[in-house]
Amino acid sequence: MKDFRSKQLRVVNLGLEVFADELKNQNVPVTHVRWRPPAGGKPRLLEILEKLEELDG
Amino acid sequence: MPLARLVLPLFYQDSVKLMRLAREIGKKKGVSEVAALMGTPANREILLHAGLAGDGEVDAGPNDLVLAVEAETQETACEAIEEAKAFLTQARVTGGDSSDFSPSSLAGALAGAPESNLAMISVPGAYAAKEAMDALRSGLHVFLFSDNVSVDDEVALKREATRRDLLLMGPDCGTAYIAGAGLGFTNAVRPGRVGCIAASGTGLQAVASQLDALGEGVSHGIGVGGRDLSAEVGGLMTLHALDFLSSDPETEIVALISKPPDAEVLPEIEEALENFSKPHVVCFLGAENPDWAETLEDAGHAVAAILKGESYRPENFFAQAWLKEKIASLKPGGALDGGGVLGLFSGGTLAHESRLILEDLLGDASWNEEAGRHRILDLGDDRYTVGKPHPMIDPESRAEMVSQAAMDGDLGVVLFDVILGRGSSPDPAGPLARAITEAKEKGKSPAFVASVVGTADDPQDMDEQVRILEDAGVVVLPSNAQAARFAAALVKPELIENA
Repeated sequence: MKDFRSKQLRVVNLGLEVFADELKNQNVPVTHVRWRPPAGGKPRLLEILEKLEELDG
Repeated sequence: MPLARLVLPLFYQDSVKLMRLAREIGKKKGVSEVAALMGTPANREILLHAGLAGDGEVDAGPNDLVLAVEAETQETACEAIEEAKAFLTQARVTGGDSSDFSPSSLAGALAGAPESNLAMISVPGAYAAKEAMDALRSGLHVFLFSDNVSVDDEVALKREATRRDLLLMGPDCGTAYIAGAGLGFTNAVRPGRVGCIAASGTGLQAVASQLDALGEGVSHGIGVGGRDLSAEVGGLMTLHALDFLSSDPETEIVALISKPPDAEVLPEIEEALENFSKPHVVCFLGAENPDWAETLEDAGHAVAAILKGESYRPENFFAQAWLKEKIASLKPGGALDGGGVLGLFSGGTLAHESRLILEDLLGDASWNEEAGRHRILDLGDDRYTVGKPHPMIDPESRAEMVSQAAMDGDLGVVLFDVILGRGSSPDPAGPLARAITEAKEKGKSPAFVASVVGTADDPQDMDEQVRILEDAGVVVLPSNAQAARFAAALVKPELIENA
């Protein structure tokens, strides 16, 4: 188990910024991602990008 | 009524921020309706239904921010829009500490902070599974707050997580405690030796807060999502969390809290518990098994008792001497006998537990929209939150329902929960208490019964919140189960007479 015993909890936050703020208030190191819907939120474009990513990966 | 609207292209903001903005602008004099939404198809539909789309379709996409204000005059509406715009633009310029590293993707975040070990994901459901899978494949545990994740995606994510020996908490996970830190909606509980596995956020909040009040603390509180023990998901994360806690040196005892597992899943869970190396308490709300705790409160007490080397036997609530007197003082001449109970809940599991208790004691209790003498409404359910904030975040819409309920002559009792903690409203009791006081001033009103989930260290002052409710004439009981039983006793005196 990649656990939290030997190392401190360190969080990447994607989405509601309030959650990053709450973690900072608890002195938990957190990186907040300035997330926005990929591909401009256009489902068809997103589908194409995901296919390309699969081919790539 | 005059309407002003503005679309800010490519200006993505998260829903909580937008809700707060709408609330602030809504306070402005002369403003009657405010919408601040991203231009997704669902949100454009909401604007249309709310009459805020003007003379037709709003031309905006999911990354475009739509502001709409309806006000007494066109001037006020335009001013409000300008204020909202200024607020957002300013927040963008000054938002966050300039020294903060704020990348635009998970990959960017990991490049800058490679030691990260958990991803907290609360992006809209349509995008959540992909982000969660990317996080797992990068070796991160995942707390998946987002809802609207398909069950197929949930299974795929949980398989990936177990294969990689990682936790996938959720989806629709509201609460977790990891290594002493609270993720999502959590109460300030002390760190300790109790490991919790819970299918629901408010169930975990209630048990963790109660353990705190009993002097015990939480090692980890793992939220597994409401569908984990369904046949489709097969308890993948519950079983994995048991493994995790069995080898965790901080954890001395485990509490497992959920609705009952699907019949196909139960044998595997029972087998895992039989082979589990540490003491454990099971609370499957609604399951009938004398070895399991019947209520969330019983689960907390049972854990604390085991840790003290004692055994716990729940007392007969209705046989308590103070109860008869208290109830007589609330309903002179049996005023509430035979009345209905209406539950207005912000916590899903607390609503569910109350319904089970009322069904058992009063013979029936209907759920949400179903008609019935006694009804329990889970106001955090999707059907009540379309275009509106969750009642834990914003108590105003629930306060309105309390006002309406007070006018219903057939009601004996309004039963509700108040949930404190990080993420919750800074003053959840205030608006409810004001609505109740106003209702009482108008004359005949039902009795109001509540319980408060919280701890002494929560950002809201717990004692003060209880006092606000009590000053408004609310009877505040120490647990959700006791509040439901008290409500039942108010409308059915035989429960006490026969105790």
